[in-house]
Amino acid sequence: MRDGGRGKGDEGNVPRHQAADPASRLSHSPSPNAHPAIHMEGIEKAFGDTFALRGASLEVMPGEIHALVGENGAGKSTLMRVLGGLIKPDAGSVTLASRDVTGWSTGEAIAAGIGIVHQHFMLVPTLTVAENLVLGAEPRKNGVVLDHQRAAADVRQLSNETGLVIEPGRLISDLSVGEAQRVEILKVLFRGARILVLDEPTAVLSPPEVKELWAVLRRLRDKGDTIILITHRLDEVVDLSDTITVMRAGQTVARIKTAQTTPAEIARLMVGREVSLSAGKRVQPVARSTRPAGKGLEVRNLSVIGSRGIRVVDDVTFDVAPGEILGIAGVEGNGQTELIEALAGLRPVAAGQIFIESVEVTRQAVAARHSEGLSHIPEDRHRRGLLMEYTVGDNLILGLQKHFSKNGMLESDRIMSNALEEISTFDIRPPNPLLAARALSGGNQQKIVVAREMGRDFSVLLASQPTRGVDVGAIEFIHQQLLDARAKGKAILLVSAELNEVLALSDRITVMYRGKFAVVMPTSEATEESLGEYMIGAKKAS
Amino acid sequence: MNPISFLTQMIRIAIPYLFAASGGVVAERAGIVSLTLEGFMLSGAFAAVLGTSYSGNPWIGVLSGMIGGLIFALIHAVATIRYRADQVVVGVAINLLAIGVTRFFLKLFFASSSNSPRVTGFGGNINAAGFDNPLLWLGILVAPVVAFVVYKTPFGLRVRASGEHPDAAESVGVSVKRVRYLAVAISGILAALGGVYLALDQHQFTDQMTAGRGFIAISAVIFGRWDPIRAALACLLFAAAETLQIQLQGSHAIASQFIEMIPYALTIIALAGVVGRAVPPAALGKAES
Amino acid sequence: MSVTTQPIGARPTTAGTPWRDRAEEALIPPLVALLVALICGDLLILSYGQSPGAVYRLLLEGTWGNAYGFGQVLYKATTLAFTGLAVSFGLRAGLFNIGGESQLAAGGFAAALTGLALPPGTPLIFALPLCMIAAGLAGGVVGSVPAYLKTRFGAHEVIVTIMLNFIVLALLNWFIAGHLHVPETLHTPEIHAGVLPRLADINSTFHGSAANLALIVAVLVAVAVWFYLFRARAGYELRAVGLQPDAAEYGGISVRRVWMRALTLSGVIAGIGGINYVLGYKHYYEDGFASGAGFLGIAVALVGRNHPFGVLLAAFFFATLSQGGLAIHAFVPKQMMDVLQGVVIIAVAMSVPEVTRVLRSARRRSDA
Repeated sequence: MRDGGRGKGDEGNVPRHQAADPASRLSHSPSPNAHPAIHMEGIEKAFGDTFALRGASLEVMPGEIHALVGENGAGKSTLMRVLGGLIKPDAGSVTLASRDVTGWSTGEAIAAGIGIVHQHFMLVPTLTVAENLVLGAEPRKNGVVLDHQRAAADVRQLSNETGLVIEPGRLISDLSVGEAQRVEILKVLFRGARILVLDEPTAVLSPPEVKELWAVLRRLRDKGDTIILITHRLDEVVDLSDTITVMRAGQTVARIKTAQTTPAEIARLMVGREVSLSAGKRVQPVARSTRPAGKGLEVRNLSVIGSRGIRVVDDVTFDVAPGEILGIAGVEGNGQTELIEALAGLRPVAAGQIFIESVEVTRQAVAARHSEGLSHIPEDRHRRGLLMEYTVGDNLILGLQKHFSKNGMLESDRIMSNALEEISTFDIRPPNPLLAARALSGGNQQKIVVAREMGRDFSVLLASQPTRGVDVGAIEFIHQQLLDARAKGKAILLVSAELNEVLALSDRITVMYRGKFAVVMPTSEATEESLGEYMIGAKKAS
Repeated sequence: MNPISFLTQMIRIAIPYLFAASGGVVAERAGIVSLTLEGFMLSGAFAAVLGTSYSGNPWIGVLSGMIGGLIFALIHAVATIRYRADQVVVGVAINLLAIGVTRFFLKLFFASSSNSPRVTGFGGNINAAGFDNPLLWLGILVAPVVAFVVYKTPFGLRVRASGEHPDAAESVGVSVKRVRYLAVAISGILAALGGVYLALDQHQFTDQMTAGRGFIAISAVIFGRWDPIRAALACLLFAAAETLQIQLQGSHAIASQFIEMIPYALTIIALAGVVGRAVPPAALGKAES
Repeated sequence: MSVTTQPIGARPTTAGTPWRDRAEEALIPPLVALLVALICGDLLILSYGQSPGAVYRLLLEGTWGNAYGFGQVLYKATTLAFTGLAVSFGLRAGLFNIGGESQLAAGGFAAALTGLALPPGTPLIFALPLCMIAAGLAGGVVGSVPAYLKTRFGAHEVIVTIMLNFIVLALLNWFIAGHLHVPETLHTPEIHAGVLPRLADINSTFHGSAANLALIVAVLVAVAVWFYLFRARAGYELRAVGLQPDAAEYGGISVRRVWMRALTLSGVIAGIGGINYVLGYKHYYEDGFASGAGFLGIAVALVGRNHPFGVLLAAFFFATLSQGGLAIHAFVPKQMMDVLQGVVIIAVAMSVPEVTRVLRSARRRSDA
């Protein structure tokens, strides 16, 4: 692992005795020898009922590369948005080099030298590199004309200074992803950023582009800039950073020098153990003799091309047997979403095959897959799973409308009785089939989806984030439904960002990392620590 | 058929299209749908006649015409930008409103349901073939000027960014709302000038005198793929077809109705991508998030 | 959200269904529009030196107060009902059909041709359905063009329908001017069959007004649209596509096929509307009879909140404005109504997103 980096000002190493004791890894007071470039303390932020941040903190020294690590939902992006002035914290303080800047605006943040490079590029595709860079601060000739030559010259000068070389006259739409990212970085540097925040920068890059980015970041650090890297990829953390801050569930759990920790420890800090209803519960695998016949779900060499042209699902092969739950763990953004969409028929497949009970469905439409026995609990119930303006009763037949109509007309009495039955069985509240779906709480909305997808005739179920945004009582209920389905001989593919959920429900467990299944093992052999290491990329597929 | 007289007539016919299409390009590049060009043109025509008849000076008419177009443009802008009303619906409503308002004031000021009294215009020298009309020269120049603004000024850069990726523009501190207000105002003024030329050329205002010219202008914008110079060329093309139809009037070679269809058919073909794809600005017509 | 505190396992019930929420969101924008129209109307009337009260009274007398006026209102409302239903049908699928005028004209043209082709004296019971089928087919053919271009090429239907309006109307004009017109006019000869009885034929107090049995057809079509949208499986799928295409796709619905069906059927509905003028009023096809009906249909759909019965009411409202303009002509020029029309549309268009936003955030606050 790297040593602590060089740069402006003293780094202030954590004293030896503190480094040895895990409990005191969290240093709340600034290090004695230097002033931190950024100090965030006790940050709280709630969106409606959800707490994105509760008592998060961050301390970044000038001139270092600082990795901000954590699973999805840990609060990393939210914390950075507070820093960048995009949102105001409900409580806590933000200090920039001893100056209190809590609750400032984006304009002030940009003026103070904070530059955020977003995951989704903010570049206008039909304009050139130079035009994107000078937008909003255009150099003028004679007061009226846009000085294109000046803009290009400025870009070239900045390129030379930073080593981020890109031809100013090229159109953004012609650039590769790595090149576009270079332009995004140039954009913040152009506005005088000395503190760069990069949000999951390598999520869309190919390995050679990643190496190029690291060279750029090191060069910037050597020049004296401070860099905060939001990531969940271990190799980036280990090879690149000087200091690591680990966040979990809206809180900061550790701040450690990279040189003084191990991948295993980082992984453990990242996934940790949460209070959970299913804590410790393990599923007993169904005894061999009672295994139902049938093939369940079979996937062979499946590859899916993502929106940026890279393989987001990379040559994946696996089976889910009837009466089994296969759980896919892993931080979001590693291809799980695209895998489920491809299996469900909502995304085209670039290569490979999908079989449901030995029938190939690789190119078949959604409706055909339904008939072959596929059910799907989508990860985004607001966009996919429910029609928010439709009634509960009408939502309960989405995808099944053909079965509830005769001669082209909907059979309202059957729809109503179906709704009353499902509402009763799944305890959907308020128990009114005529309410619009948008009037129900998140948990009850999810119950509608679950009731529908598990109430139909199916042999394979895709369950993606089935308890996201769902209250505790409903979580238990949905988990029980999944276990019941398993007992009835259904093949279930479970994707969840909640490691506990995956561990509690699955017979076998796999971790998806960068489009591949890093490992597949029986749950009885899995531990959170080892899974965490696969999730962060510390261990690779053998 | 005399090629010179063909050309001069073609240019005269193209002027209203050139004005309106240039204005439409600016507004649409900024992301606001411009079905309103017809209404802006009509209001400009009426306001011009109103101003000229009361002052006796056609230049006052030009000014009042521009103001007339600006007023309607501001209504459109407030409804769609501030209140996020559907841009197509408001566009249709603006056109209807323009017809209604011009008719109302035609009755109120000129006591007529069909036309205003005669007003003076520009030019008038028969031998000049219309080229002694300063508005004609303005119309010829408007497209290159708009092209310059769109591609060579900071404002034009912000317009193009606002229409393609408003979030990116906002993220660097550009006020997309402000840019769009200005763009719509410009489209109102320019389209109105098209109406001013039309009315002063005919020396009076008649009910619904624009007769769909605003829609031909939109066709030119689309056929010209939202580029000011290409849109101007499309205007000339459509004007040429119209001139052809007029000069062929007696010969029955091709029925006039088919020549009328040319601009519209070409636009549909452009949209279908049969001869090169006409891709609109990415954020066109979408309310801001 | 409205979460009741019922014990676990409570029996499902439909009691307390908040139709109020839906009704609020649906009715407030048109009421806002009405208010704005009244205020604007007051201003315009005052600018003519007249008293708004007197003028409004005259308007009501001239429209609903006497049988002839009422009949004219019904006649005008019929055409608007057809184009309004057509537009609202497309909007339910998320598609904007601006081609109402050309679809209406094509439908009327086809009805006239059918009426001419049928032998004279054909009983209405055969002639009417045949004419309606021809009219619907013609409108559907016109409507299928933007439908095809959208599903195959992704061409935006707003521009295509506007362009097609001009093309189709020019084509029809060519037919009439070239071949089919009665000399000195721009209309076809009178049809032999398919003539719809006027209301005046049934009840002589309506004498002189153009209202005819096409009115009944309009109401029937509205009912049919209602059944399609809210009771048929195809309607369930169509509305799903209009609300959330991603969810519709997830539910196995073919978005492209729904688009194709929706725009084509929208054209069919507008096409059938042609019978009002052609079969019920003049008994021939006349060039330009559809003028403005397409754009007004958009206004009607908007104020009617895209609901078949709302559309009928909105059509009645706009027809009243139009006829009312004639009635008050002595005091205020009828052009005032043209202004009011535009103002009402803009007011409703502006109020819809605003009202929804305000109502929803108020509801959220009260539930917290």
